[in-house]
Amino acid sequence: MSEELVATLLKYAVMFGVFINVAPIMNWVERRACAYIQDRPGPNRVGPLGLFQPLADAAKFMLKEAVTPAAADKLLYLLAPVLALLPAFTTFVIVPFGPDLTVGGRTIPLVVAPVDTGVLLFLALSSLAVYSLVLAGYASNNKFSLLGGIRASAQLISYELALTLSVLAVLLPVNSFRLSDIVAYQQAHVWNFIPQILGFFVFLVASFAETNRLPFDLPEAESELIAGFHTEYSAMRFAAFFQAEYTNMAALAALGVTLFFGGWSLPGVHLTGWLGAIVGLVTLIAKIGICMAVFVWVRWTFPRFRYDQLMRLGWKVLLPLSILNLILVAAMTLAGWL
Amino acid sequence: MVPISWYLMLAALLFAIGTVGALTRRNGISIFLSIELMLNAANLTLVAYSRQMGDHTGQLIVFFVMAVAAAEAAVGLALFIAVFRSRRTIDVNRLNLMRW
Amino acid sequence: METFIFLIFAALAVASSLVVVMHRSPVYATMSLVVTLFSVAVLFVLLGAPFLGALQILIYAGAIVVLFLFVIMLLNLQKASAEADRRRGQLWVALPGALIFVGMVGLVFLRAWRAGAPPLQPLTADLVSLKGLAAALFSDYLLPFEIVGLLLLVAVIGATVAARRAPDAVAGSGPLPREDFVGAGDEPRKEARS
Repeated sequence: MSEELVATLLKYAVMFGVFINVAPIMNWVERRACAYIQDRPGPNRVGPLGLFQPLADAAKFMLKEAVTPAAADKLLYLLAPVLALLPAFTTFVIVPFGPDLTVGGRTIPLVVAPVDTGVLLFLALSSLAVYSLVLAGYASNNKFSLLGGIRASAQLISYELALTLSVLAVLLPVNSFRLSDIVAYQQAHVWNFIPQILGFFVFLVASFAETNRLPFDLPEAESELIAGFHTEYSAMRFAAFFQAEYTNMAALAALGVTLFFGGWSLPGVHLTGWLGAIVGLVTLIAKIGICMAVFVWVRWTFPRFRYDQLMRLGWKVLLPLSILNLILVAAMTLAGWL
Repeated sequence: MVPISWYLMLAALLFAIGTVGALTRRNGISIFLSIELMLNAANLTLVAYSRQMGDHTGQLIVFFVMAVAAAEAAVGLALFIAVFRSRRTIDVNRLNLMRW
Repeated sequence: METFIFLIFAALAVASSLVVVMHRSPVYATMSLVVTLFSVAVLFVLLGAPFLGALQILIYAGAIVVLFLFVIMLLNLQKASAEADRRRGQLWVALPGALIFVGMVGLVFLRAWRAGAPPLQPLTADLVSLKGLAAALFSDYLLPFEIVGLLLLVAVIGATVAARRAPDAVAGSGPLPREDFVGAGDEPRKEARS
């Protein structure tokens, strides 16, 4: 019993170590990639190629004065950034990062929480991300923040449906909610994004909306709502939202690559033991990295959706497409093709 | 091991708290929240009995209760919005068109 | 270990439900309801229904309560003043009624416990698994399942119709104030909320 606890804590430490570094790295990547796309140098003063820019940003966040609005609802105002971090750092516990490891006579699955509910737990925990946006908007006592908060909650709960249905389609041929079983299925057959390309595109678009990334970032739109729901947050509180947003992106990317691109596995590679575990972890990180690069690329390429266009897309386009995908996958599974 | 009666006592306590809330609050939304609390207490009782009898029936009924609660919440809140539009209040003491 | 977890989350559930029922601000009451739902979800997992626990968080805490918050913010509900919020006289009836109910239930279970009630049955793999649940759902309970689907459809249509503006009313041209909800003319709260 206690060995299981130690193993779980170690696995969580590994995953935590991976996901806590996402925000600083993405900070640098985002600004350099944005600059490259916009044909300008980007941060290049702090260290070679501006590589120490995240350190400078971290110092700025820690030293800046945290201004609290006078009439803000103190408890909710301070609770919102904490609530933002909670789903970000709990959703990745069901993502597998390697094949089963055999240590000292016992087989340890390389998942922090190898539970039967798997993907359902991920979806449940990520649906809690709405609260921080709503509370931040409400507690700031600011009309723009309130509007940003309302828009964010409506957007998130609308796109959750399309996301859940596209994930559900992946589960149909596998007969299990566990992500390890899904990876094993993809090792035996082809990566899921080929037969379920429609589901993959629905998942991709819905994940942009779920993480408030352009082209769906109206809740925090810089040119429209000042900064939307996090207008009144400065210094470390803003850093908490910032960290939570990038970690959420990475967790959703981890889910996406596990569902559609084979997760930690590479086709034709079947290593075991510690080498297999390390190769699996590195492969997963590489795939998440590619996914994050796509996130950044899309952000600086597309214009922003207007709010009514956004809601129309979520309900009238993505939801029917995801239901269609579900029906197609169900038919293919029944016919024995999947 | 926790005896089943502890779960059932807890559910009864939650149900009682919810009932007091539903009867004494003036704000319509607060009454609604208390009703959700009562539904949760009933769900807890059902799952506890499902465990005790080794049957899936209790869990399935909870499944249906959750769906019905979602439907009820949606319709109830829509009604609140409609009432607010015309009466500008959801204080249940003032939503009273009767004469006596 | 199990007793320890049960006691913690049972205490949390009771405490947060008291906050739900007694707090003046609807937003605080809603957030306490989330804590209650979480505790009940953990108790579901303890009782061998992990899928119901996950569903509880997904549906209740992740959708229904968000809907509550949304409506509270949309209607811009303020905190009620403490003594005006309680319906006068109702408390004198409701509280004794609730106490009698809890007392009766408690008496029944106390007697059963003293007389040596059967302990909690051990968890069977079938009870916990999703396959068993799904098999029962789609064989014995298929008709209720379909009816609940229909019910949800009816609820969606009903909610859309109930919350709709009257088709010929345009904001700004009728007897209603210009901005229905989050008011354009409202003043921000002058005094600090606490």
